[in-house]
Amino acid sequence: MFTIVEKRILNDSMTLMAVEAPYIAKKAKAGQFIILRVNEFGERIPLTVADYDREKGTITIIYQKVGKTTLMLDQLNVGDAILDFIGPLGKATELEGYKNVTVIGGGAGCAIAYPQAKALHGMGAKVDMIAGFRNKDIIILEDEMKAVSDHLILTTDDGSNGNKGFVTDALRKNIEDGAGYDLVIAIGPLVMMRAVCNLTKEYNIKTLISMNPIMIDGTGMCGGCRLTVGGKTKFACVDGPDFDGHEVDFDEAIKRSRTYSESEKEATREYNCRLMEGAKNA
Amino acid sequence: MAVSMKKAGMPVQDAQIRKTNFNEVALGYSAETAVEEAKRCLNCKNRPCVAGCPVSVKIPEFIAHMKDGRFEEAYQTIRETNALPAVCGRVCPQESQCEGKCVRGIKGEPVGIGRLERFAADCHMSNAVSENGHSDPDGPKAAVVGAGPSGLTCAGELARKGYAVTVFEALHKPGGVLVYGIPEFRLPKKIVSAEIDNLKKMGVKIETDIVIGKTITVDELFEQGFKAVFIGSGAGFPTFLGIKGENLNGVYSANEYLTRINLMKAYQAEYETPIFKGKKVAVVGGGNVAMDAARSALRVGAETVYILYRRSLKEMPARSEEVEHASEEGVQFQLLTNPVRFIGDEKGWLKGVECIKMELGEPDASGRRRPIEQKGSEFVLDIDTAIIAVGTSPNPLIRKTTRGIEVNRHGCIIVSEESGETSRQGIFAGGDAVTGAATVILAMGAGRKAAAAMDRYIQNNSGVCGPSSSRA
Repeated sequence: MFTIVEKRILNDSMTLMAVEAPYIAKKAKAGQFIILRVNEFGERIPLTVADYDREKGTITIIYQKVGKTTLMLDQLNVGDAILDFIGPLGKATELEGYKNVTVIGGGAGCAIAYPQAKALHGMGAKVDMIAGFRNKDIIILEDEMKAVSDHLILTTDDGSNGNKGFVTDALRKNIEDGAGYDLVIAIGPLVMMRAVCNLTKEYNIKTLISMNPIMIDGTGMCGGCRLTVGGKTKFACVDGPDFDGHEVDFDEAIKRSRTYSESEKEATREYNCRLMEGAKNA
Repeated sequence: MAVSMKKAGMPVQDAQIRKTNFNEVALGYSAETAVEEAKRCLNCKNRPCVAGCPVSVKIPEFIAHMKDGRFEEAYQTIRETNALPAVCGRVCPQESQCEGKCVRGIKGEPVGIGRLERFAADCHMSNAVSENGHSDPDGPKAAVVGAGPSGLTCAGELARKGYAVTVFEALHKPGGVLVYGIPEFRLPKKIVSAEIDNLKKMGVKIETDIVIGKTITVDELFEQGFKAVFIGSGAGFPTFLGIKGENLNGVYSANEYLTRINLMKAYQAEYETPIFKGKKVAVVGGGNVAMDAARSALRVGAETVYILYRRSLKEMPARSEEVEHASEEGVQFQLLTNPVRFIGDEKGWLKGVECIKMELGEPDASGRRRPIEQKGSEFVLDIDTAIIAVGTSPNPLIRKTTRGIEVNRHGCIIVSEESGETSRQGIFAGGDAVTGAATVILAMGAGRKAAAAMDRYIQNNSGVCGPSSSRA
């Protein structure tokens, strides 16, 4: 059992939790993830390590309430425990040797982009961050991102924060203004990462992305998370989750991510009904 | 009364009913049948059956007890060399082991050794007799990596010898292939958990959710004071076919399909993990894993299930009883057939598989006749689910994160056959991590052998070992 020691509501759909997991906290590095299972009937879901505290022995996760399991997780509070919490899994991002990087986060992807920027910043690289959100109400980690970057651009799809546009618009502008990046890191929805990769390909800038396919064990025993990279099948849980974005078959990854969308929708709908029922009776 | 030429039959669930549930198919002998069957044993002097058993269970001796209805004594006799008899009696391919060597099998059917072993073990469990031997929490510390059959056996043996044993398991439940691979209808999970409870009663500590190589490394286990480490991490890395369309939605590795079903209980409504419930399923392969996947697919509602196997029935490595059961349940065997490519629709879902017919040529290095493609024999089967069950290899995690462990070109850990010792001092290994995918009983035999060697090693090294004294 893994005790929750902090819970912070970031916005209507996103929550931060710090979980006591001393073994994992000792080892975790930027780019790695954990797998958790809320209770005995639960499924195993992967979540990126958003931060860690080696002294306190805690791992921070940030999740977006997108379906039943994340909604169930959200019912837990400080002092409650998560049944299973496994990691750190996957390879750490290779950040050595880069001097001038832009780190791009899309929505909840900022929670994964942030530790990358933090690590790079700590290594002395020049770090620009571009963080994109649908609107200003769901902006997260603004202060944290500011603290680890030389320059932070916050965009909103609807312009509600005064800076309308997609992350790719901001990226193109920076590149054309002569930013001279030697690496772009992009983390967010698959379509956003694909758009960034299409853009950076034009300018021939190396681009790392963090893939988020369906996972079960997260240790390389099933291949549920497989994807095609450079024409070869790779398992995201052990070969990734970071890959060279110019090599990834995004169309296939997008199709595979929809495998269970019907049963997911159904489970979430039922769960929401039960929650509302419970609230009414309470 | 003349002794029957045939093995006493075992009652089974009706095929039409059982293919709709996950309850155990073979129901086991009654005490009367067990005694009758035991009487068929000739108690031969040269005991060929024992030579056929990978852990040399004292077969005529335990059967002699059963003839007189002394089932607990029979169980204790089996337990001298076999840690998981309730499991082995159910899942061993007896026809190529003990029963394959039985003298009764020359004229007529061999003695039902597996069924008798199973009966003795089930009898023991229902009487809940406490275990002999106990781990000493203050004894020297020994670590076991992996809670599958080899690791559990090794842990049990070490506990009996008085070591403080901790088993580290990456998944959230111990049992390895016994919990995520072999389905409930062949091996009820309550049997596996009873065996694991036995170990816990003996004082064995089991730590789940710890991925050795990630959460903790083998080197750190030595730093924590473990005097010797057994690696029983199995062969859980799936092989794919490498053909076109393999990443379409609806194409599973057998490991993924069976993990969703067995470990995550995707077939039960109250569990959260989903599974795609296809109507027309093709399973590629001819081993036990293929049979388990095919029969599971039927049970989650498939209307048609094909086994695609590139050799003929004779070469099939699956347990013959399971092949029979699968066939009774309506699984269709497309033999001498190999998939060439998977065909998908525009949304990325599987809709068919193109196959080619094969013929058998000369025997290859494995001794089995090599399948050769028959040009022009291609045909397409309409399917919406495919499950690849063509084998697994050892997961590279341990060898990549532990220095000084030598492996062969298949990634299997190299050990001394007698002791299970690896190229690194203090580290032992056994089971599928060493042999590649094999049987439960061989893994158990290896765990047992390694425990004896670890005992000798710790005694001789009086606790001074670990990375500093590593040969690597």
